[in-house]
Amino acid sequence: MKCAIVVFPGTSCEQDTYQAISVTLGEKAEFLKHDATNLEEYDAIILPGGTSYGDAVRPGSIASMQPVMKEVAKAAEAGKPVLGIGNGFQVLIEAGLLPGALFRNESLRFVCKPVQLKVGSNESWFTSHFEKNEIISIPVAHGYGNYYCDEATLAEMKENNQIIFIYASENPNGSTADIAGISNKKGNVLGMMPHPERAVDELFGNTDGLNIFQSILAIWRESYANA
Amino acid sequence: MQMLEPSPAQIKEEKIYRDMGMTDEEFDRAEEMLGRTPNYTETGLFSVMWSEHCSYKSSKPVLKKFPTEGKQVLQGPGEGAGIVDIGDNQAVVFKIESHNSPSALEPYEGAATGVGGIIRDVFSMGARPIAAMNSLRFGELDSPRVRYLLEQAVAGIADYGNALGVPTVGGEIQFDASYEHNPLVNAMVVGLLNHEDMQKGQARGVGNTVMYVGSKTGRDGIHGATFSSSELSEEEDEDRAAVQAGDPFTEKLLMDACLELIKSDALIGIQDMGAAGLTSSSAEMASKAGYGVEMNLDLVPQREANMTAYEMMLSESQERMLIVVKKGREQEIIDLFAGYGLEAVSIGKVTDDKMLRLLHKGNVVAEVPADALAEDAPVYHKPSQEPEYYREFQAMEQEVPEVSDYKETLLQLLQQPTIASKEWVYRQFDHQVGMNTVVTPGSDAAVVRIPGKNKAIAISTDCNSRYIYLDPETGGKIAVAEAARNVVCSGAHPLALTDGLNFGSPDKPEIFWQIEKSAEGISAACLALNSPVISGNVSLANEKGGKAIYPTPIIGMVGLIEDLAHVTTQSFKAAGDLIYLVGKTADEFGGSELQKMVHGKIFGKAPAIDLDIEAKRQEQILKAIRSGYVASAHDVSEGGAAVALAESLFGTEGLGAEVTLSGNETSALFAETQSRFILSVKKEYQEAFEALVEDATLIGEVTNGGELVIKGNEKTLVQSDIKLLEEAWKGAIPCLLKLKG
Repeated sequence: MKCAIVVFPGTSCEQDTYQAISVTLGEKAEFLKHDATNLEEYDAIILPGGTSYGDAVRPGSIASMQPVMKEVAKAAEAGKPVLGIGNGFQVLIEAGLLPGALFRNESLRFVCKPVQLKVGSNESWFTSHFEKNEIISIPVAHGYGNYYCDEATLAEMKENNQIIFIYASENPNGSTADIAGISNKKGNVLGMMPHPERAVDELFGNTDGLNIFQSILAIWRESYANA
Repeated sequence: MQMLEPSPAQIKEEKIYRDMGMTDEEFDRAEEMLGRTPNYTETGLFSVMWSEHCSYKSSKPVLKKFPTEGKQVLQGPGEGAGIVDIGDNQAVVFKIESHNSPSALEPYEGAATGVGGIIRDVFSMGARPIAAMNSLRFGELDSPRVRYLLEQAVAGIADYGNALGVPTVGGEIQFDASYEHNPLVNAMVVGLLNHEDMQKGQARGVGNTVMYVGSKTGRDGIHGATFSSSELSEEEDEDRAAVQAGDPFTEKLLMDACLELIKSDALIGIQDMGAAGLTSSSAEMASKAGYGVEMNLDLVPQREANMTAYEMMLSESQERMLIVVKKGREQEIIDLFAGYGLEAVSIGKVTDDKMLRLLHKGNVVAEVPADALAEDAPVYHKPSQEPEYYREFQAMEQEVPEVSDYKETLLQLLQQPTIASKEWVYRQFDHQVGMNTVVTPGSDAAVVRIPGKNKAIAISTDCNSRYIYLDPETGGKIAVAEAARNVVCSGAHPLALTDGLNFGSPDKPEIFWQIEKSAEGISAACLALNSPVISGNVSLANEKGGKAIYPTPIIGMVGLIEDLAHVTTQSFKAAGDLIYLVGKTADEFGGSELQKMVHGKIFGKAPAIDLDIEAKRQEQILKAIRSGYVASAHDVSEGGAAVALAESLFGTEGLGAEVTLSGNETSALFAETQSRFILSVKKEYQEAFEALVEDATLIGEVTNGGELVIKGNEKTLVQSDIKLLEEAWKGAIPCLLKLKG
């Protein structure tokens, strides 16, 4: 599997994401800049966390208008897995690839801590290595993770199994329905506030995040084998 | 419309230099060095370079006494930051820096730009910043103004550091009324470099090009260094213009660009435009190299119209660097920075006449020997006098505060802001980004892995200013010893330290005495614990209305953990492990948390410290940790053994402890006698451990009960559910801030 890690000016979690894919998972990963215009050779696309463009206007908004995002949209349309983590989730929402909005945390403060998540669906491309309703621990680190959507959207997402991760023990940001991560209808685009790339190494006491990357790899292997 | 600048004659006759913080003698000295009366711009250059912040004119005689050498030291004080070898052709670069005065006025921007400045100091040495720490002091939290300062300063540090992707891995924070109007915001950054990437801030080679990179220059922060070297005025609004605004987004681009730049052989020298901006960077780079620098200020990227030479030279606009590159290689530097969306502009050249020469609108507007600015500031040997209060305190007998209910006292101590959990603060810092933070905030020291290696560094910032106020020399020793204890408890041996010296006005003999004595104590402990001073910062005149802060020389220490298997935390690990108290307890309560809580003030003698015992004990404990005997290690500090025991249980899954202490009950529980540790050891290592560590008393065992039981003199002194203690400890600061959760 060859994975594109999209780097905007101000992105800061690209190295950690690279380590997770290339060292821990043992797959290929390459950095692509905001002005890249061709993603065809990549099998999966990750938008890592950080503070792209200094959170100017709204987190993710300037990044969502960069040339590379047209290619990300094409890849999503073509059915490739697209994962947005933290700021990457904000970018996917601003780009219209996922519904809803991410507001400032209810506390008005940045929050960095491990949180418990419930796996809302293991039928997505990103969660096949989990049990449904499994409780996992993955750290959050964000100032704008307060997910909001209207009731109709929420009902539709529930209906379609799009609510992939739900805060289990405490809601660190005040998000609607304790939402931590959602997918698109097709299930190949996931945005999540928690950082799975920070939970892949025993040295830091937690490897729950690795299953997300392994799920992507499994889907890719399946489709590659079928192709 | 521009105001006409006063003429040299006017500056002299009307003593206009005084408004810039220069004394009459200093102006005369500048005039003599120049051989003529300086013009307005030149007077500005002298005043800012001869401020305490830039010249250390009052503290130099004291700083000279610090031990700064060791075989591990690659770069001592004098550059942007110090450098220490860690083996494998790698080195760590670190320094602490204060941003106190700006933070008192605009806490958010003041604290944020403090982080920005120290990060530039570190990457200007060629190092990638891998960890940030902070050391904060505020007044008591019952004041709304103090709560505002705390909330804003923490948010400023968080927003700046988090956006850069540099993890803020720990720090410390204390509260005392003496900091009510003078909060202390000291930030420390540690970077990592390969030996061949080591940079210096030097302007060498006649004809080489001086380039300006980063943000444009505005009128913000003019005279910031001068302002930060003086007492805060009653009219805060007047000073506010001296506070700069930070832009972490630009800083991140600048950092990434400069880290690419250091790989280029076109680069000769690089320095942050920090305090005193263009003036200090150009004068210091020329002076250190023994060359001169000529700059055409028309070429300086400017954010505002009609800026004068004076304004440009004294601006402290953030996120700017001065670099010197080989002549003819300018275009590749411009291209490199353009790749990050940043400007790089040639503004001058290196000369051989050792002058700092400034051109503006076709005229030479300043021509001053670089050494006169950077090296030849006056040095003051300030008078020093032992204060009356010290003699009174020394004459007092140690008294044991009266305590009736030990459990209730422990519960109250755990809620004192200085002891209480600082989770409210550190949850706002991204302490994980970079994925090297092995021990996150909350243990004795932060532990950061060296990327790709099986080793790590331990970092601790410490300073109990109450002890230093009571007895500066003893307190100075304790500050270093405690930092070393924290580093050792994490499994590291101390490498070196950086000091952030925060004091009141050095013009008062009693304050200067505090500076001198605490420096003597620090020096003695540096030698005893083999941890030289490699960098530091001085912040004097932390006073308002004549009232000074407690003397607060903050110690930031870095140690090396040679094998990740040695990483140790303060938490007890398993039921059945043996608990040891290392060190004897005395009836010492001067400056203690209990004394402050019971009496509402501190007095008497600071706890005593014997540096030989300290050094020997630390060595033995480190050996025991490296031998794999030690399951957990925690130093005994504020609140004494009872608090240390409770802290060793917080965050564990249902563990408890049952111990028996001897001697006076109040002292056994709460005295702050130095050089003590709480360790837990697996039973199988009992014999080996006891053979290695002298003065270790077996006091009890880790249990499964979820209960802390402390016995003494055949009575149960404390018996409490850990959850109850932990909730009180965790809830104290949010409760004081009147916040939820």
